[in-house]
Amino acid sequence: MILALLRTGYRSLRRDRAAFVLSFVLPVAFFTIFGAIFGGQRMNTTPRVNVILVDEDQSVASKRLVQGLERESSLNAFTHAWPRKGEPVPPDYTAATAEAAVRSGDDPAALIIPKGYGDHPVAFQGGDQPEIQLLHDSSDPVAAQLVSGMLQKTVMTAMPDVMAREGMKYMDSAVGGFTPEQRRNMDATMADWRAYLDRKGGDGAGTGASAGSGTGGGAAVTGMVNVKVRDVVGEKKRSPMIAFYAAGVGVMFLLFTASATGGSLLDEAECGALDRILSARVSMTTLLAGKLTYNSLLASSQLVIMFLWAALVFHLDLFTHLPGFFVMTISTAVAVASFGLLLASLSRTRAQLGAIGTLLILTMSALGGSMFPRFLMPEAMQKVGLITFNAWSIDGYTKVFWRDEPVTHLGPQVGVLVGSAVVLFLLARHFAKRWEHT
Amino acid sequence: MGFTFGMTGSPAVANPFPPLSIQSVLKRFGPLTALDGVSLEVKSRECLGLLGPNGAGKSTLIRTIVGRTLPDSGGVSVFGQPADSPAARAELGWVPQELALYWLLTCRENLEAFGSYQGLRGRALREAVEWCLDWAALADRAGSVVKTLSGGMKRRLNMAAGLIHRPRIVLLDEPTAGVDPQSRNRIFDMIEALRAEGMSVIYTTHYMEEAERLCDRIAIIDHGRLIAQGTRDELVRQSFGGRSDVTMSFAPGGPDPATWAAARGGAFGEEKARFSVEQPTDIAGLLNSAGQERLKVIDVTLRRPNLESVFLQLTGRSLRE
Repeated sequence: MILALLRTGYRSLRRDRAAFVLSFVLPVAFFTIFGAIFGGQRMNTTPRVNVILVDEDQSVASKRLVQGLERESSLNAFTHAWPRKGEPVPPDYTAATAEAAVRSGDDPAALIIPKGYGDHPVAFQGGDQPEIQLLHDSSDPVAAQLVSGMLQKTVMTAMPDVMAREGMKYMDSAVGGFTPEQRRNMDATMADWRAYLDRKGGDGAGTGASAGSGTGGGAAVTGMVNVKVRDVVGEKKRSPMIAFYAAGVGVMFLLFTASATGGSLLDEAECGALDRILSARVSMTTLLAGKLTYNSLLASSQLVIMFLWAALVFHLDLFTHLPGFFVMTISTAVAVASFGLLLASLSRTRAQLGAIGTLLILTMSALGGSMFPRFLMPEAMQKVGLITFNAWSIDGYTKVFWRDEPVTHLGPQVGVLVGSAVVLFLLARHFAKRWEHT
Repeated sequence: MGFTFGMTGSPAVANPFPPLSIQSVLKRFGPLTALDGVSLEVKSRECLGLLGPNGAGKSTLIRTIVGRTLPDSGGVSVFGQPADSPAARAELGWVPQELALYWLLTCRENLEAFGSYQGLRGRALREAVEWCLDWAALADRAGSVVKTLSGGMKRRLNMAAGLIHRPRIVLLDEPTAGVDPQSRNRIFDMIEALRAEGMSVIYTTHYMEEAERLCDRIAIIDHGRLIAQGTRDELVRQSFGGRSDVTMSFAPGGPDPATWAAARGGAFGEEKARFSVEQPTDIAGLLNSAGQERLKVIDVTLRRPNLESVFLQLTGRSLRE
């Protein structure tokens, strides 16, 4: 009896291709995607944090600090933007351009080494040491912590002579003054050390694996250097990152809705209503355009409700960002509606649509940042994510709500979403030919 | 009811062209020839029954008429216009065999949707919907969602949705499939009301009695070919002349009646001998012959051939096969 039940269950599963795919292919596909995202740690693709370095001091100490940070394997530190092909090297960042770069989301953090830093590179007892500014974008909660920790580490490993000299100064004052002989011996030792470091070409910075112990996140960081941490993007936000999550979750569910509503074509084809419609005065292009409009309006409504909820419950500042919100909402809605129509026009049955749709949508959502922020993914995966609507839409909403950028800055996101919508609609129209005539 | 068909199409004036003309339509699906040079004409106010076994090509022909299937050659014209022209589409109303409805919408909402697809707007749409609800006897269920309706009601709504735009030709593809006798009679009444309004109707069915009741002419299609057409009497005469069927049953225990039936030019099957006779008086000769062979006849039936007989004669199959 049990055997007969097993056999029946197996045969049913084998013949239901949609269920079969969902049972076996989907878990493997997701395992692969998440393995690529999180398992990257062992594949030599550890995500490095981009940090802009601005050396306003230009002292020996500040230069050595810059060199040390540039050698740090967990950081991707640079003093100027990468030159484009065939163009000259851009000028070094200033404090203002570095802040602008962080504010616009080009890079997640910047370190500003102020004038006078070289006079007191480290501080054992606080005092009047100039503050290094760590500017960051709190949408990336990891970057500031990592940069802060790496800064403390680099100070200790890249400038051992400075550390020793400053330490002896502290001891000198703490013990009531060294004897002349002790002072001569210390000066000679320091001279030997500097000579040794000069011979090494200043290669005193550690290059090992990061072991940051920074405290980050606060206004100031205690340690060997005075660091003032400043969130240049979200410092005035009442509800950091809620727009990011509203967009991420919203787009994923929009895709599911678009797939389901696009499937109405299959329902109509199955029950004969499609034949009846097409035998009337409705052409296939008109029919698809009508469905695209309806599905776009439905998707827009979903996003409006989601962001209204975010405004009411999570204090998202929706009403001061309405133009950007509507531009992104309409672009996203049209793109996902076209996607749903294409899926439906490619599918033969509802079950097939369900299986293909679920596989694609979950994959797109994982890659595109709906489930896990893209900026925390390995760089290669971040680039792969750009093939999805989710990534472009989330980026656009982030520009609007997080970075307070004007609508005119949404060009790339709107262009990709609307362009994709046009292409997908044309493809859907092409594949829908099979319903036009037999 | 105060409703006139043809309001959205050509004006109801004398038209030199027949309502529907099918000229040498050929349609192949791979190696299968679904329609093999079918030519047919439907006259004004006529109800033409389209009969044929399953797979004979009836639905392909209907789909070709409404433009859902493109013929490989030949053509269809509606009042002289190509069938795929907007003018022709406005004159054609198609009721598919499937219940082609929106199941989550009410009766009224379905009619409004299909009326809009046919280009009706505003008052014209509202009047058409009200007429359809009355005609289909669904006025009291106008607000009911389709999936809550009985099978017969769904069928009636399916018909109404095909006629919402007031066509002058309607194609009914097995409109009574799967409905109970009471609903079937109501559907007959609906069709007769349409005919009284002056519509031309093409009616496909598996029920011979429906064709005999409703249709002025019958066209029989088999293997994609039109094998006969005419009135019921014309078809019977063409197939059987003036002959009638005689069926005889025998008491058990006597000689083998099959041998006797064969010798007398008849056939034997299902324990009955069957003969075709010119005159009813020919039965006397058969009875005498059976008596001489010591066969005990217990039942004799004389029957004029009907459409079923014609269909069997022409296709070798029962209509419901």
